[in-house]
Formats: sequence, C-alpha cells, structure tokens
Amino acid sequence: MNSLMKFAAFAAGVTLCAANPALAQEKVRLTGSGASFPAPIYLTWFKDLSKKNATMTVDYQSKGSGAGVQDFLNKTVDFAASDSAMKKEDIAKVAEGVQLLPMTAGEIVLAYNLPGNPKGLKLPRDVYSNIFLGKITKWNDPKIVAANPEIKLPDLPITVVRRADSSGTTAVFTMHLSAINPEFKKTLGEGNTVNWPATDKFVASPKNDGVTATVRQTPGAIGYIEYGFAKLAKVDFAQLQNKAGQYAAPGNGAATLAAVKLPEDMVAWLPDPDGAKSYPITSYTWMIFRKTNNDPAKVKAMHEMIEYGLTEGQKIADSMGYIPLPAVVVEQVRKAAANIK
Amino acid sequence: MNKPFTVALAPDSVCQPPSRTDIYVDRSFRFLARVGAIAILTLVVALVLEIGGKAVPGIQKYGFDFISGVVWDANTHRFGILPAIWGTLYSALMALLIGGFFGVSMAIFLTQDFLPPRLSAVFRIIIELLAAIPSVVYGLWGIFVVIPAILPLADWLNATLGAIPFFASTLSGPGLLPAALVLAIMILPTIAAVAQDALRAVPLKTKQAAYGMGATHWEAILRVMVPSAATGIFGALVLGLGRALGETMALAMLVGNSNQISLSLFSPANTLAALLALNFPEAGPNEVEVLMYAALVLMAITLVVNIAGSLLMSYAQRGNK
Repeated sequence: MNSLMKFAAFAAGVTLCAANPALAQEKVRLTGSGASFPAPIYLTWFKDLSKKNATMTVDYQSKGSGAGVQDFLNKTVDFAASDSAMKKEDIAKVAEGVQLLPMTAGEIVLAYNLPGNPKGLKLPRDVYSNIFLGKITKWNDPKIVAANPEIKLPDLPITVVRRADSSGTTAVFTMHLSAINPEFKKTLGEGNTVNWPATDKFVASPKNDGVTATVRQTPGAIGYIEYGFAKLAKVDFAQLQNKAGQYAAPGNGAATLAAVKLPEDMVAWLPDPDGAKSYPITSYTWMIFRKTNNDPAKVKAMHEMIEYGLTEGQKIADSMGYIPLPAVVVEQVRKAAANIK
Repeated sequence: MNKPFTVALAPDSVCQPPSRTDIYVDRSFRFLARVGAIAILTLVVALVLEIGGKAVPGIQKYGFDFISGVVWDANTHRFGILPAIWGTLYSALMALLIGGFFGVSMAIFLTQDFLPPRLSAVFRIIIELLAAIPSVVYGLWGIFVVIPAILPLADWLNATLGAIPFFASTLSGPGLLPAALVLAIMILPTIAAVAQDALRAVPLKTKQAAYGMGATHWEAILRVMVPSAATGIFGALVLGLGRALGETMALAMLVGNSNQISLSLFSPANTLAALLALNFPEAGPNEVEVLMYAALVLMAITLVVNIAGSLLMSYAQRGNK
C-alpha cells in the first residue's frame, strides 16, 4: 500500500515535470555569436541571467569577431559580439540600422618566461614595439637592461609568440603598436592578422591558451595574451611604459576608460591612452544589435540582457580580468540602448 | 506465370526457389548499394565543385603566384602558400619516416612469434588505442611533454652539428621536429594495423617452407615474410602519409605556423591544413576565396600522393608475381 502511494506521488511528480516544459515554451530565446575574448564573462552573465529571469535564455557561441559579424549580416543571430566593432561598409548593409554597445573592456598583457621567473619586468615603449618588429632579439639587450637594473637578464634569444589564428586580440595589439611605432605601422600595420617577420624566433600558436602554453614551455619567450587569461594561467607579465612615460601594470583600467569620451556611435578606440596610470593596451568590446526588430518579446529580452550586463554584470568583471565600465559610460550605454526597438 | 526455377527442380528436392520476399530483398539491397555508391561519388564531386567554385575568384586573381608566393598578408592582399606546401610535405615525410619505421617494426614484432599470442593481443589493443586519442590532446602533449624533452637535445645538436642544414637553427618551442614526432605517433596505429593484416595474410605454408629450407627466424622474416607482404605494407605507408598530410589541430599547435622555408628541423614551419583551420573562422569574403584555393591545392596534393601510391603498389605487385 505504502509503495503504491509512493508510486502515485512519483507519477504525479513526473506529470508535473512533463507539464513544465509546456510553460518553458513561452521562454524567449536570444541567440548571439562572435568574439571569443569576452566569451567567458558573457557566458557567466547569460547563465546567471536565465537563472534569475525564468522567461528568457540567451545562447552565445564564441566563434570569433569576424564570424559573429558575418552571422549578424546573414540574420542567423539576434545579436553579435565583436572586439573590433563593425566596419562602416558592413553597417551600411543592415537596413534595420545598427546599434553598437560597449559592454565590457579588457587589457592585453605581454607574458614572458625568463629563467628564475623574475617578476615585474619593465618594458619601455620603443623596446616592446621593436621586439615585435624582430629588431630587439636578445634579453640582455642594453635597452632592456637599462630599464631593469634590479633584474639579472640572461644572454638568451627572445622568442616571440604570436596568435596563429585571425583574432581581435591581434587587431587591438597591432593597433597599439602602430600608434606608438611608425615603423611598425609602415611594415606590419594593423589587423586581425598581420604579416609578422618570418624568422626562427617568431612562432605562432592558436588561441589565447595556445600562446599561453607556448610561452610557459619556452624559456626566453614573450607573447601577447588577454589579461584575464594571464591572471587565470598565472604567468608573469610585463609592466609597460605608457604615453606619459610611466610604467603601468594592468588591472585598474576603469580610470583609463573614464578619460576617453564615447562618441555618438559608441565606438571609441584607445590605441594609446593618456593618463599617468593608464595601462597602454586597453580596448572596449562591443555587442551589436539591430535598431529595428519585429519581435517585441525579443526586444524586451534584449533590454533585460543589456540592463543585467550594465548592472549585475559589471560587478563580476574585475574578478574575471575584465574592466568594469565607469559610471559615465554605463549611463551612455543605457541611453544608446533605448535605440533598440 | 513463368517459373524457370520450378521447372528445373526435381519434385522431391529440398531446394526451394527464391520466394517473392527473397527477390524483393535482393533487389532492394542491390538498389541501396547502388544508391550508396552513387552518393559517395556525388559527394566527392560536389565537394570538389563547391570548393573549386569558391576558389575560382582567388585563382583568377592570384593564379600561379599563389603557389609560388612566400608571403601571407591579408592586409596588403598578398597571398602565397609555398612555405605551407613545403611544411606540409616536409612534416608528413618526416613523420612517415619515423612512424613508418616503428609501425612496420611493431607489426613484425607482433605477428612473427616473438610474443605469446595473448600478450601480443594486449599490445595490439594498446596500439589501436593510440588512434582513439583526440588530435588536440596530442597537441597539448606535444607542447607540455615532447618540446621540453627534446629541447636540450636540439640545443646540443645545434651547438655541435650546426653546420649541417638540418640542425642549422635553435629550437624555440614549436617547430618542425616536435610536430613531425607527434605526427609520427599519430599515424603509427594506422600503419601498424594495416601492416599487421598484410603480414598475417601471408599463407602459413610460405613461412613453413622457408623454415623447411633451413632459414633462420630473421632470414624467414626479412627475406620471405616481409617481401611477400610488401604490397600491403606499402599500402599501410601510403595510408599513413595520407593521414599525415591532412592532420590539422595537433600540427597547428606544434609546428609554429611561421611562413618560412627552411631545411632545419628546429625551425618553425607552416602547413596547409593548419593555415586553413586557423584562418577560416575570421576570414572575410576576399580571404575565403584564397583559403578555398589553398584547400584545393591540399586536395590535389593528397590526390597525387594517393594515386602515386596506388600506381607504385600495383607496379610492385606485378614485380612480385
């Protein structure tokens, strides 16, 4: 008898569970794709958001900025994410209008691997740009030694590790190097991929994890990776000389962002930020929406997602290695988000 | 109704004419088999047409310069894949040299009575397990185990024998040698498995005859067994080479992806498959056309290698008989 009642309760439970998906059918589902750099924080947001807000889910596919914009143009996604904003000619292709919103920002660090693991290596502007031009090739180069009197630098060739895949990280990094070194601008330029010097001491690895792993395994290596990644992987990264001539470590980028005013289209580049404490390689990353959408339920969900990102989302940014947006920027983004209808 | 079978059968025969079901099953099986065969051909043709079609603008724009060019620069629209072709062939041949030697040796070891049968079955399973490891795991293993392990040896070789072009540069982490070593292990199970089948297919009589004529164990293996199975072993090598040419992820992680042509085993290089995999995700329309062109070249190389392999094999077969 007892077991029969248990069974009945179980059966009722099953029916309830089976009934629930019918309710869940009402859920609004947003799909997005694009940049891999903000993917960790976006995925955390969306997971938390769908937990708190039962009426919506957001699916995000991290496949690269370029691919995200392509999906957006093909209308296979509701929104895209891109580290390199969106090209003017691409924006012109969208009849509904395009609204770009900076949702978070990040820094790129130069991770290095030196015998004895010295911390806090300082790299002057002309030194690190020339390392990536292939002109400074030894760790005991007089210029590096002069900037780091307290570190004993070995007679070791510098192995430069770069991204092998096409990447927004490379775009931001080369934009900075082009801004500070005219020769870099002339010979390599900027972009998702550039024509790096073809020598034995320039190697390439796929994605942030590939570069990180290669740097860790190669004595004398230096490579550019995202700050969040460097923090996670616990690699040593250099302090870089900024525009004001000061050496700055990454990790307090909010002031850097606040110093730059966002224009009307919300796309601001910081190829070489001012400010004595600014870390020199900093960049926004954007979400891309259509201005006119024909599904009001989706529009509502989009606004909820943006609002969540601007409020709750910013609180976890710092711990994940991203830069929380300053209050001024949040206000501007919120205002611009009203254009999405 | 015409019943040819019933006519031919004696009345008390246990044989039955095929029933209507038998005939239908037979016919539909034949139909399915034909559809399958046609589908495979259509698929290959569609693949070539699709890739070729998308590559046409690239071919028109860059022509033969694409194959002989050494620079890949999306910003200035200069594309050349000679370093990638060089790296593909060099790494695949190196891997074949190493993997082929060990693969065939293993096949001999496991089939020619060196081990009790049960133990050799265990070894065989272990080798086959190698084939089940994902490519990306091989890549990580290469970065974290192979590279640190060969770094001291590479430095020593470069310091003492640096005059030889193969050791002319220092190894800076990723490079051709670690890539080729890992690739050799990846193609090893294919080569070992097919070569074992070939050796096992040699009739027992042949071996017994060799022993009967007074041959030693090694004479029997090297003079009789291996030559008799040569065609199959050769096929194993061709299959292994084919796999090595197309391998992507592990190579992308280990080869260094640097566009240069160097004989040195320690220099970073590039391969076609890695180039494709790494550039596709973020490629704009004008880059897609050149990547498709590169894919077409890779397909052509694989095709040429396979055809050359089959030709050599049938030539060897004729020589054997």
